[in-house]
Parts: sequence; C-alpha cells; structure tokens
Amino acid sequence: MDLNKLTAHELSKKLRDREVSSVEITQAVLNRIDSIDGKVRAYITTTPEQAIKTAQNVDERRGRGEELSPMAGIPIAIKDNMCTKGTLTTCASKILHNFVPPYDATVVKRLNAQGAVIVGKTNMDEFAMGSSTENSAFFPTHNPWDLDRVPGGSSGGSAAAVAADESIVALGSDTGGSIRQPASYCGVVGVKPTYGRVSRYGLVAFASSLDQIGPLTKDVTDSALLLQAISGKDPSDSTSVDVPVPDFVGALRNDVRGLKIGIPKEFFAQGVKPEVCEAVLAALDLLRGLGAECKEISMPIMEHGLPTYYIIAPSEASSNLARYDAVRYGLRSKTSTDVMTMLSRTRDEGFGDEVKQRIMIGTYALSAGYYDAYYLKAQQVRTLIRQAYDEAFQEFDVIISPTCPSPAFGIGEKTDDPFEMKLADVCTIPVNLAGIPAIALPCGFHQGLPIGMQITGKAFDEETILRTAYTFEQNTDYHTRRANF
Amino acid sequence: MKLTKSDVENVALLARLELTEGEKERLTERLNQLLVHFEELQQLDTSGVEPTSHSIPVHNVFRNDAVLPSLTPDEALSNAPERSDDYFVVPQVVDI
Repeated sequence: MDLNKLTAHELSKKLRDREVSSVEITQAVLNRIDSIDGKVRAYITTTPEQAIKTAQNVDERRGRGEELSPMAGIPIAIKDNMCTKGTLTTCASKILHNFVPPYDATVVKRLNAQGAVIVGKTNMDEFAMGSSTENSAFFPTHNPWDLDRVPGGSSGGSAAAVAADESIVALGSDTGGSIRQPASYCGVVGVKPTYGRVSRYGLVAFASSLDQIGPLTKDVTDSALLLQAISGKDPSDSTSVDVPVPDFVGALRNDVRGLKIGIPKEFFAQGVKPEVCEAVLAALDLLRGLGAECKEISMPIMEHGLPTYYIIAPSEASSNLARYDAVRYGLRSKTSTDVMTMLSRTRDEGFGDEVKQRIMIGTYALSAGYYDAYYLKAQQVRTLIRQAYDEAFQEFDVIISPTCPSPAFGIGEKTDDPFEMKLADVCTIPVNLAGIPAIALPCGFHQGLPIGMQITGKAFDEETILRTAYTFEQNTDYHTRRANF
Repeated sequence: MKLTKSDVENVALLARLELTEGEKERLTERLNQLLVHFEELQQLDTSGVEPTSHSIPVHNVFRNDAVLPSLTPDEALSNAPERSDDYFVVPQVVDI
C-alpha cells in the first residue's frame, strides 16, 4: 500500500492504531518526491533530514503514550511565502533567493507544536502574484493531470504536490483566488478561510487586507482537520479576530436538507466554458436531490470585481514590497555604489515582470492626483460588493458558482495578454474583497482535466460551507480520483 | 487617461525601480491596457458609499508596554548583505 496516496485522516487512524509509523509515511512521501518531482516541479526546497527527525520524534512520543493531535506525524508541504525558521524562504523571487528566516510563521509554529512533518517549501507565482505559477522566478510547476498544463496559481506548487501525492496535505495562501483556483485546476480541495480566521504573522505580505492562509488537501475532512490546526487569534497578528474556533471536523455531516443555495448568474456568464457550467449545474442538481433549495440570483456588482481587485491589491502590494530595499536581507545589486542605485537597481534586478507591473500600477493608483479616481473609487466598489453579499446571505446560507471559467490552460498559453490571464480569477476575487470564506472542490472532469466548484459562505461560517462540500463529496467519487503517473 | 513614458518614469522613481528602456516601453503599454479596464469603474455610481479598507472591523489593538522576548541582534542581522558588528552596512547616505 502506498502510504503517500492516503489522506491525513486515514493515516492519523493508522498511526493511532499503531499500524504504521510516521517515519514510514514520511519516507513514502519523500520517495514519491524523488521519483516524480523532476517532472512536476512542485517543490523549491525539500527538507528530508529534518522531516525524518520530526517523524522519529513523533513516533517516540506516541510510543510513550502521549496524546497527540490529528496532524501529528502527517507530512505537510508549505508554500514558500511562509517563514520557516532556518529553512530557505524565497517567495519564488530572486530578491529573496538567499533569505533564511530567523523566525517561524505562526501557522508553522502551531503545526510544529502539533508534530506535523514539514517536508518542503512549494513553488508559487513570485510574491503570490499570478494565476499559473509561471511567474515563479525559478521554474514553472506542471499540472499532474497534464504536465503541459499549469497547476494554477499562485499556490500551484502546493496544489500539485497534494494532487500528485507528493505530500499528504499542504498550506497555500489566497489573495484573489490563489488557493481555490489551483485546487480546482489540480482536482483537490482548497479553503480560503474568513479574513482574520488564520494568523498572517510570518506570511510574506502581498495585499494585507486580502491575504489569508488556508489548506490544500485530498478531501474535505482533511481540509477541516488542517483548518482546525492553524486557526485562532494570534497576538502577533492584530488583524486576526478573537472569535472562538468551532469544531470544523464535527461540522462535517452528510446533510443539506433545507440548505438555501444562491446561484449568481453573473458567474455563469459568457467567458465561462460550457463544460464548467454543466458540471457545476449538475452538482447543484445533486444537492437539490439531497434536499437543498437552489435559486438563481443576480449580483451585477460582481462584474466589477476584477478592476476593483486590480487596483486595491497592487496598491497594497506597492506598499508591502517597499521593504525589499537591499539593506537587511535578500539580494543586493553588485554594481551599485550609492544608496539610490543600490535600492532601485536591486529592485529592478530582483523583481520579475509581473511584480514590477503590479508595483507600478499600485504606486500610480496611490499617487497624488490619482488616489481619488482609482484607489478611493475601488474601495467604494468594494463596499458595494460586500453589501451585495450581505444582502444575498439574508436569504441564502451559501452561494455556489464555478471556481474558474475553464479547466487548466497550457503552459505559455496566456502569458501575452495581461488581462486574459486575470480573467481566471473572476469568480474567486469578490470573495477576498468581502473577506468571507470559500471552499473549492472537484465536481467533474472534461477531457481528463478537473473542474471545480466554489461554495461561498457568511463570515466565520466555515462550518456550513464545509458541511455542504462534505455532503457533495460523500455522494460522489471525484475525491477518490488521482492523476495517472 | 493615457500614460506617457515620462509618467512611467515618474512612477518608477516613486517606486524605486531602475527600469531599463525596454521595460519603460513595455510597462507604458501594459499600464495603459490596464487603465482602460479601470475606467469602467468610473461609470458606477458610488456617491455616498463609504470606502472599505478592511473587511472586518479593525480597531487599535494594544498590549501592555512590557518588554517581551524578541529577535537577538545576531538573528536580526543573519541575512544582512553586509554587516559590521551590530550594524547593517550600506553606502554613504548623508553628504557630510
């Protein structure tokens, strides 16, 4: 039995029953990485020695009869924009090619305390800016379902690692869809929690009012487990919210009777491929058959989500990326002699094209004379988007739509038009702007490529979206399908 | 609202990016493409709408003014491109 092919909850039970050891599971994952990552390229850095040591330690603790968390002894991959003390953290950027953080992100600290086994840092779009992982300064990641296609982005490495059984579970980050879109391109489950549910301390900031860390897993139960492990108020992140963390796993019931589902027609409009619409509508039929009530609604403000996001996110990024100044860490240009050149030349050499583009648009949108027309306007539209969701959630419990307009596209196919690539995010972006939670999970296939559906919920109501996703999953078998290698 | 190369140079100065000539041209084109999409927001009526800068009500979060453990100087300097004792070394900033 290939241990790396199982889920965290299945492995957790085997560990508790002393059927397997964490070392065996970790070794299976490391072997898998050795065997196929040359093709998939999900990882920037692997940490095999540390992983085995952690696994041994957990096995010893279990042997002594210690009560351990469900995540204990489970291999996990971490997106390379989360600080791991003593381990290279690059954000897939030349400007951080040599950065070794002196501290752990809070989520990493929590996972370490629970005995999770970090096996490596995964590839991503540089500074989380992108929808395909092609913007990595190092190399692209390949979709395990079709190696000529993108895994999505920016958490493409994490999604691919889970889909290819190169890790049991993974962490990603989501600012405009960067967990959910790669989850759907790679046929796995991804959750963006409510803004403030999970600490951002140690997550390299892209857009501070939008960023959230979340799980990428093989099924909904694993996402609930991992979300449980990382959630909760953190004094080191003053934007983390002091609300109790519910029992996410306990919320998983096979039951959607009476659930009210809103279906915004704007997310099924032109640009969304027919096979995607069909798969999501079929999923809705299934949920209807299980007792849910579905109703089409109109949320016309959603059509303005893209430009709103592409003003707000780059504006925040232009401020957050000002810290890369060649002084305290990272790249320093070899040819500069004065401070100004050191600063400007390092940044030009160290940042990729997409990052520079976003810094430029953000700086422009915030500059004197343009702030009102662009940034302030976008902030007002953001309010309208939030209000539209608030209104919809008065009548509905969840909102369901496709995650992306199409299945995974080819590597190199969309790099020419700046806006075409960004259309991949049209269904996911409004969720970040409103700060509400959403889960993406597989709901069909087209020509061998996964299609994902997105279930969006009220703020801090991850329980309902998890239950809806779990019910769908338990009545289908998409979560059991694996890419052929 | 069309950006000229000179506008792009001004923004690049603000952003501390030493762009090459080729980059300036490509960015001028790309930014103008994006700005066309931003114009459509102008058509929306947002009179009286409060801007949202945060999706959750964020208030000042304080703690007691007590000394807590933090990074040691060695840890803080561990990634310094150039270091001297407990200082980050940079080119001369001030003209004496």
